[in-house]
Amino acid sequence: MKPAPFRYADPRSVSEALEVLAAEEGATVLAGGQSLLPLLSMRLAAPTTLVDLNRVPGLDAVEVTGDGVRVGALVRHAGLLADRAAARVQPLLARATANVAHPAIRNRGTTVGSIAHADPSGEMTSVLALTGGSVAVAAPSGSGTVGWRDLFVGPLETSLPAAAVVTSAFFPALPPRSGTAFAEVARRKGDYAVCGAGVVVTLDEDRRVAAVRASYVSVGLVPEVHDLTEAVAGAPVEKADWAAAGALARTLVEPDGDLHASADYRRLLVGVLTERTLTEAAAEAAERTP
Amino acid sequence: MTSVDTERTVRLTVNGVPRETTVPVRRLLSDALRHDLGLTGTHVGCEHGVCGACTVLVDGAPVRSCLVLAVQADGAAVTTVEGLARDDGRGGQVLHPVQEAFRECHALQCGFCTPGFLVTIAAGLEGRDPAAQITDEEVDDLVGGNLCRCTGYANIKEAVRHAAAAMGDAG
Repeated sequence: MKPAPFRYADPRSVSEALEVLAAEEGATVLAGGQSLLPLLSMRLAAPTTLVDLNRVPGLDAVEVTGDGVRVGALVRHAGLLADRAAARVQPLLARATANVAHPAIRNRGTTVGSIAHADPSGEMTSVLALTGGSVAVAAPSGSGTVGWRDLFVGPLETSLPAAAVVTSAFFPALPPRSGTAFAEVARRKGDYAVCGAGVVVTLDEDRRVAAVRASYVSVGLVPEVHDLTEAVAGAPVEKADWAAAGALARTLVEPDGDLHASADYRRLLVGVLTERTLTEAAAEAAERTP
Repeated sequence: MTSVDTERTVRLTVNGVPRETTVPVRRLLSDALRHDLGLTGTHVGCEHGVCGACTVLVDGAPVRSCLVLAVQADGAAVTTVEGLARDDGRGGQVLHPVQEAFRECHALQCGFCTPGFLVTIAAGLEGRDPAAQITDEEVDDLVGGNLCRCTGYANIKEAVRHAAAAMGDAG
């Protein structure tokens, strides 16, 4: 239960980090380390070199504009959770972050690291998908933006090259006349979710349901966004049949079974959590619709 | 060029005392505290961030010391369970209100998990408005990240309420 030997560098800039990543074959980026260090201690991963971003200045900012929230690579979950300006522009950020592990983990773990780690039981991968977000990536060949759909390839696997640093994630703002909710079922408070659901409900100007989207945690191999609009399209917000949307969601997901829950139980939870979160998100959307 | 090392000298302040140790870079902070600095109050349970026994304060915030490398704590101020009690000015020590409450409420049995609970709860209570009555939800949040296999948590939660009240009175 100790990490295998590795080499360690703590560069002072992103370009220095890229140099080390390019020079050291089998190197991995370390940010918060709350997922990576357990993998090392359990010897499920044995990188040759850890390139620690923690001493790179300028990566710890949360930038909030009317368009959305940009979260720097060193912003801790606890920092994002406490950011009221970010929560006003995109309420899913605080709602989902509150479900990430325990306070001691949130004090150290980073939101961007959790996305780059691409664990399908992570909350923030799902939120990136649901909000239609993207990540900013620096690589020796240059920097660019990768949308969530092109980012996630499989469990713990992204499309990014080995010598790349995700410098920030961008979460677009919640559209007008919309509400959100996020909920999880876990075996113990703060555990990985057996199943989690994040939803966005958008109304039209007559307070009828215009769009319903959902994304799930611990369901499927990569985060996906499911369009549930057809179950409730055009219904007045107070009368929409959210149970029908939950039933539709159950037909769309493809959960796997594991030690903690069977696939059928996860599918059941998808229905329950979808109905529960949509009811909550619809009430918020109604409040935000004059 | 950035140096790439297998060993580093780490300088950190532990419980107010400057310390220095040279460690392999793979050394976990938990092991550096116990083996290199001799502070065995920090207990190591699961070593993958689940049990909370190894929780210490790094620059004032509770973190799992098994999920931080010792080299990452270079330059940081670390508080372990040994740093909770205060000198009484007469050569002895006064327990932290949370330690006192654990004793009062019988909030420990085997004691293995206790250091992690004490550090987490002490930081949590010091970070809140002492005048406000603590809610059940706050109490659950404070203890939810630490595993105890003996007590069933009832007495630990009682100790949190007790300590919160004591710190409120003192404040």
